[in-house]
Amino acid sequence: MLIRKPADLRYSDVTPKEVYLNRRAFIGAGAATLGALALPSVSLATTKINGLVQTGPYHNLGDEKASPKATTSGYNNYYEFGTGKEDPSQNAPKWKVPTDWNIRIEGEVMQPKTLSLDQVMKLAPAEERIYRHRCVERWSIVVPWIGFSLSTLLKQVQPTGKAKFVAFETYYDPKVMLSPREAGIPFPYVEGLRLDEAMHPLTMLSFGMYGESLPNQNGAPVRLVVPWKYGYKSIKSITRIRFVEKQPPTDWNLYSSQEYGFYSNVNPEVDHPRWSQKVEQRLGTGFLGQGMQIPTVKFNGYGNQVASLYSGMDLRANH
Amino acid sequence: MNRFLSSKWTKLAVFLLSLVPFGILLWLCWQAYRSGDPTEYVTANPIEFITHYTGDWTIRFLCITLCITPLRVLANRPQITRFRRMLGLFAFFYGCLHLTVWVVLDPRQNTLPAIWEDILKRRYITVGMLAFLAMLPLAITSTAGWVRRLTFKRWKQLHRLIYLSAIAGVIHYYWLVKSDVRLPLMYGAIVAVLLGYRIVSWMRKRKPVAGRTPQPTVSAG
Repeated sequence: MLIRKPADLRYSDVTPKEVYLNRRAFIGAGAATLGALALPSVSLATTKINGLVQTGPYHNLGDEKASPKATTSGYNNYYEFGTGKEDPSQNAPKWKVPTDWNIRIEGEVMQPKTLSLDQVMKLAPAEERIYRHRCVERWSIVVPWIGFSLSTLLKQVQPTGKAKFVAFETYYDPKVMLSPREAGIPFPYVEGLRLDEAMHPLTMLSFGMYGESLPNQNGAPVRLVVPWKYGYKSIKSITRIRFVEKQPPTDWNLYSSQEYGFYSNVNPEVDHPRWSQKVEQRLGTGFLGQGMQIPTVKFNGYGNQVASLYSGMDLRANH
Repeated sequence: MNRFLSSKWTKLAVFLLSLVPFGILLWLCWQAYRSGDPTEYVTANPIEFITHYTGDWTIRFLCITLCITPLRVLANRPQITRFRRMLGLFAFFYGCLHLTVWVVLDPRQNTLPAIWEDILKRRYITVGMLAFLAMLPLAITSTAGWVRRLTFKRWKQLHRLIYLSAIAGVIHYYWLVKSDVRLPLMYGAIVAVLLGYRIVSWMRKRKPVAGRTPQPTVSAG
């Protein structure tokens, strides 16, 4: 699939949480202009990201309003920092993200590579993309991520003919994080995608949100975002990427394969054994989110882009 | 001490104290509603928060109620029994809130068939309903009139249903959590100790009568 040239390039420094441009107004607008505004960073935990491309082809496919940042950074599943939803926002900020962060890309590739975070971020202009994020636990949010397609990074290495899947691994430091025993799931956290899923332009490598770098609890410094799959597929704080021949183990699937499949596509037709997936609670819509129990849409509404990846597949068996 | 335990003021204090969790919940909800920012008070997911909060207090009050008999015997303070009915009714009260919030607000299609399907299909809900239903006859027959009508012996037998409710409540919690089972196991341990105490004292009572014939531990008498 071809990524169209961004229609307009903007800096996202004006109330990034509320003012979002409608991408349609800008598509086909012509020449790209890049504005970069250097502002001193106020927040200790996150820094502003300059030179954002706000209206790329995947800017806001669902035309939705982003959830408040207090919601998306105050209610997280990051079991390394606690199993309660508010634990990560309490505990993760105390963790100091190593400054010499590297991503190792290896496995079935001609030449394994280690890229520093800086090198990764310079691979392509940072795009803002407003994606729906649907958790397997029936809550959902809308997040303005910053990053670019994962494929941009994966193209830095040449996979061998054997590469069929891509496996990811989260940073793990037992000194500051829960033990697997405490959390109940294996660490380091691992996830995986089929190669075509990983190369799909919607699949995003993200290092920021709301115009700033990622808060620790949201997966700093760099994470995956796969908007048509349940949230746990979007692995956080990535240190290692492996091209592999066989379907790699994935964390929640290791914990309970019956409840969490490898594919984990958002699908209202396939129940979780313990609850129905037909309805979701859209968070950050006021107290009790009146009227914000919305029907869940297959592939989280990205069916036009991704349904063809699964043609002919039994999505119940391959849940 | 005995005067303190027999005082009507103590009973009133226990009543008000038992209402504190409910008061805090109302205050949190009011603040969340007033400020328009629920995250500070009831997390970003208020429905889940309220559901878990009321569920937590249901199982806590079940445990507190189950403490009364061992406390009475071990501390030799028969007056403590005065609080048992009220504490049990508070367990029922928080259980009702928990159930109501789940029925009305849980993210699902809000139709009776969908609710019914959840109860039948999801084992943690099935066992949770069982825990609630076991409390229902206890709440109804909690008055002195019902003790008379049933006779004390049968009334006492009926009220052993609280054991079932507590066990089902722990299983409900255990089956509900995703992977970190530390809290449900903690409640499981508490309930196990409280019921274990009853098994032991029941076996002790049986011994002089039954002599040395081995007794199968079939019921938590």
